Amino acid sequence: MADDISINRMQAAHPLKLGGRAFSSRLFVGTGKFSSNEMMRQAVDASGTQLVTVALKRAPLDGKKDPFADILDFLDPEKTLILANTSGALNAEEAVRLARLAVAAGFPKWVKLEIHPDPNYLLPDPIETLKAAEILAKEDFIVLPYINADPVLALRLQEAGCAAVMPLGAPIGTNRGIETRAQIEIIIEQAQVPVVIDAGIGRPSHAAQAMELGVDAVLVNTAIAAAENPVETARAFALAVEAGFAARRSGLGAMHTRAEATSPLTGFLD
Amino acid sequence: MQTFSEFLRASDFSTPLARAHSATPAQINAALHAEKFDTLEDLAALLSPQAAPLLEPMAQRAQRVTRAHFGKTVRLFVPLYLSNACVNNCKYCGFGTRNKFERTTISPEEAERQVEILAAHGFRSLLLVSGEHPKFANQAYIEDCITRALKHMPSVGLEIAPADVEAYRGFVAAGADSLTAFQETYHEPTYLEMHPSGPKRDFAYRLDTQQRASLGGMRRVGLGALFGLHDWRFETLCLAAHARWLMKHCWRSAVTISLPRMRPAAGGFSPEQKNIPNDRQFTQLICALRLFLPNVGLTLSTREAPQLRDHLAHIAVTQMSAGASTEPGGYSRCLKDRWEHTTHDNGEQFGVADERSPREVARALREGGLEPVWKDFDASLVK
Repeated sequence: MADDISINRMQAAHPLKLGGRAFSSRLFVGTGKFSSNEMMRQAVDASGTQLVTVALKRAPLDGKKDPFADILDFLDPEKTLILANTSGALNAEEAVRLARLAVAAGFPKWVKLEIHPDPNYLLPDPIETLKAAEILAKEDFIVLPYINADPVLALRLQEAGCAAVMPLGAPIGTNRGIETRAQIEIIIEQAQVPVVIDAGIGRPSHAAQAMELGVDAVLVNTAIAAAENPVETARAFALAVEAGFAARRSGLGAMHTRAEATSPLTGFLD
Repeated sequence: MQTFSEFLRASDFSTPLARAHSATPAQINAALHAEKFDTLEDLAALLSPQAAPLLEPMAQRAQRVTRAHFGKTVRLFVPLYLSNACVNNCKYCGFGTRNKFERTTISPEEAERQVEILAAHGFRSLLLVSGEHPKFANQAYIEDCITRALKHMPSVGLEIAPADVEAYRGFVAAGADSLTAFQETYHEPTYLEMHPSGPKRDFAYRLDTQQRASLGGMRRVGLGALFGLHDWRFETLCLAAHARWLMKHCWRSAVTISLPRMRPAAGGFSPEQKNIPNDRQFTQLICALRLFLPNVGLTLSTREAPQLRDHLAHIAVTQMSAGASTEPGGYSRCLKDRWEHTTHDNGEQFGVADERSPREVARALREGGLEPVWKDFDASLVK
């Protein structure tokens, strides 16, 4: 289709370099919460993503096929990098163990570090996340930690060897957008590694806004999976990410809260 | 450290309870449209008879909240009854000491054999259930069953007699990840009437079970009231208060709520009908609980009929048992390729209403646009 060629034009021209790979889609997609694995597969396809996250707790960890935990059968590792996440881990020890098991089970040596001991808002534990990141980075994992929007923590994780940082815009599943905007802006300003907004993005406009702010990528799950029509919603997110990224690359005009004065204040100097 | 039993005994539920029985349109409207429920009074308003005509908008909102937090998924699990030996004499339970029948405690080897069959039918989440008996269902026996079950199941939970923190540490070390204990009723006088003898008569000790389990390291703790023993609106308010209290004081453990309605059991106990919510009231209380506790898993067992279960999974229920037998060794007739269990024998705890096989339950969910999730935990997280 003609429109598919142009959909990621700006992103294809400026691919995201992350963990030694280049991604011409800056939309990452989570695979939980879908009404079926088949629906998930179609939505992933429609999103044009090249990176999907999979909760290790939902996959078989012994490397064997399991028809009752077959989420991986619906993903094509040729088209998308499968990024295992450690969701379910309550502390560094559990997350590290899970990450190592995943590699033994045949996952790529990439890990989305998710440690949320709080089961209600699934907010990440900064202390355990840093501990686990230090261990896994030393073992040559490509570590992408899910964190609260804490600029100093982002720097500490960068120093620990993380390949990117993934601050939240709002708690997982809330669809509330980038409520942590002020902190995210500081992270973008200071970080040398890519910044990926990981949670809270509930609408395509939030994704576009994130890209305009200058984040390197966004990760969307609930907003696609829980939508009435996940496939069309995935496509809408893809368009929004390209729009926001292209706008950022093209130079946005400054926003003003009031009209510019028509009579210049410094005209008397001419 | 404050305990929940101290909190409950010091709490005055008269205001929310009065509202649960009679709310004004303004109170109901405010609750239904509240961005966030802060008080039990809001929950009470939605439980009131006056809110019944608003069940449809409540259900619509409950569904949206459920989808945002849990997605379009339902977690499936299966109970395995280990023993119906019991030293308690709960008036409503088929396992009570006054019911004379041959008690069974299956051996850990037999338990493992049945777990293997349950795994072949798809289950990846197991609930080990047992009556209370210090000789048969003791700590070493339960730990042995956990260890054996984990060879075939990535998630093993417990629904067993309340224990102390040290015992829970042992179960967690063996690999268990959840503990469920039904309070049966939160109304103390009714509780004492229903539990005339046995260790279960200790109302406060049972109330504090989840707190001890959480201190012992259980990742998930389950609550439940047996609807039928006392005013269902009172029970729902207390369940919600209990869940909120645990979320504040035991924040590391995920809370789930089971919603059993009374079914016929051996012993012929007849609950007062007014204490049992009818289907419409049951749906209303489930919607209200979902709005009050957006993140809390709600569990519906095979006590409920297939059609009701399928519909409630679309609104707010997030976990279901399937194919359950409620008697020890009830899966002994199952083969790896054939689902059949012993039913209606003398030793079952209660009769089930949904007798579909796990495969049929999963298919019904899929046909309704929900993904049945068999595996949602991996014991390698624990050990």
